[in-house]
Amino acid sequence: MKDKNSIGNVLRVAVGVCLVCAVIVSTAAVTLRPLQEENRAAFRQLNVLRAAGLYEPGMNVSAAFERIERRIIDFDTGSYVDPPGGFDPVRAVRDPAQSRALSGDPAGIGRRTHYGEVFLAYDDGGQLERIILPVHAYGLWSTMYAFLALEPDLRTVAGISFFEHGETPGLGGEIDNPRWQENWVGRRVRDQAGNAVFRVDRGRTPEGVADADYRVDGLTGATITSKGVENMVRFWLGEEGYGTYLTRLESRIRAGEVM
Amino acid sequence: MAQLKTREVLFAPIFANNPIALQILGICSALAITTKLSTTVTMCLAVIFVLTLSNFFVSVIRNMIPSNIRIIVQMTIITALVIVVDQFLQAYAFQLSRELSVFVGLIITNCIVLGRAEAFAMQNPPWISAVDGFGNALGYSVVLLAVGFSRELFGSGSVFGMQLMALASEGGWYIPNGLMLLPPSAFFLIGGFIWILRSVRVEQVETEPYEIGPNTRTSPAF
Repeated sequence: MKDKNSIGNVLRVAVGVCLVCAVIVSTAAVTLRPLQEENRAAFRQLNVLRAAGLYEPGMNVSAAFERIERRIIDFDTGSYVDPPGGFDPVRAVRDPAQSRALSGDPAGIGRRTHYGEVFLAYDDGGQLERIILPVHAYGLWSTMYAFLALEPDLRTVAGISFFEHGETPGLGGEIDNPRWQENWVGRRVRDQAGNAVFRVDRGRTPEGVADADYRVDGLTGATITSKGVENMVRFWLGEEGYGTYLTRLESRIRAGEVM
Repeated sequence: MAQLKTREVLFAPIFANNPIALQILGICSALAITTKLSTTVTMCLAVIFVLTLSNFFVSVIRNMIPSNIRIIVQMTIITALVIVVDQFLQAYAFQLSRELSVFVGLIITNCIVLGRAEAFAMQNPPWISAVDGFGNALGYSVVLLAVGFSRELFGSGSVFGMQLMALASEGGWYIPNGLMLLPPSAFFLIGGFIWILRSVRVEQVETEPYEIGPNTRTSPAF
């Protein structure tokens, strides 16, 4: 056998092994992608339902999701739009034509798309039951993604579900702890004038403060993550986020245009 | 070189030469993913798949691999297999793959996998290498399943998600041991496993590398 340590053989083996492995890996990735995307979409739907408090273990997610309407809004005007070719938030945020860089950027997200998604859940009688808003912000290590569900009064939190983040497990990672998320239910995030008001405390909310409704307990050992969560709610319910849309929706609900 | 018996190669790593209990390899994943049996079993299957096939493929091309790039060639093969497993989990077991998160990818750095490729597959023919990989993966799995079973049973009162002991927080009698859900408990359990194993198989007890000398007394002149 010829010398296996010759330069020629080193190159031959290196290139050969890389080629074979590359083919195997890309075949697996390409053939399995449709299934993976289906799973991801189903996981998103599940989290919309979970945020809205409509999820029960073992339920048929796609059947339950039929009661939920997905609409696209324009953040600046607050009205519904129907972009041709649909709206893909992941792609849009990378596309300079569909998003813009934020000045100030309290939520640490860099860019915000011109359009956004909202999910409207209706009850059996066709009454608006929940409004679910996808929100995200930077915490300590990572961008945290969540769905925030509001009651039809557009002020009260019906639920929150963080579904993707890379915060420290056991500390900031507790944002996906259902027991902490339960604290959010019934809290208010917008005042009577429609301004975003919200605070994540350090530790427990003190007893007897006047604005206790607008505050939620912080996570121990996760000050920066908690701050990120606070900024997330303030940003997305503010003027640059869903604020304009919610104000508009509110006046339409008052006028009886939306049931 | 003495002929290796398939039987021996397959079963020796389970108790006689267990990669975790005797060689103390691959501990990191044993801590991270053993809070629940469902993730533990998935991890075991993934390691069995990767270790068997990586040993096989490394062994197939062992006579061609130049010795100065052998580690990176082994790593490339292992990595490709791990990515395939990860892609499969994302496609067919999405929830489990989310729970395992980075730890599927970290099989690449599991010392058992590279260790067996370097120590065994580089010197032995493909069939026996695959058997060796399978056996070592079984040895790893035995410890992981024991740890995962204890942690889920005592930490959450359940086995495979089925509630066996009613939790006090839900009106039952069992107050779960929170320590079991934290990574250090896996150290205690693996320690206990090694202790039991070495009490039964005394030959595994290591001899002290040195003996502590008798007490010395400082001289009165000092």
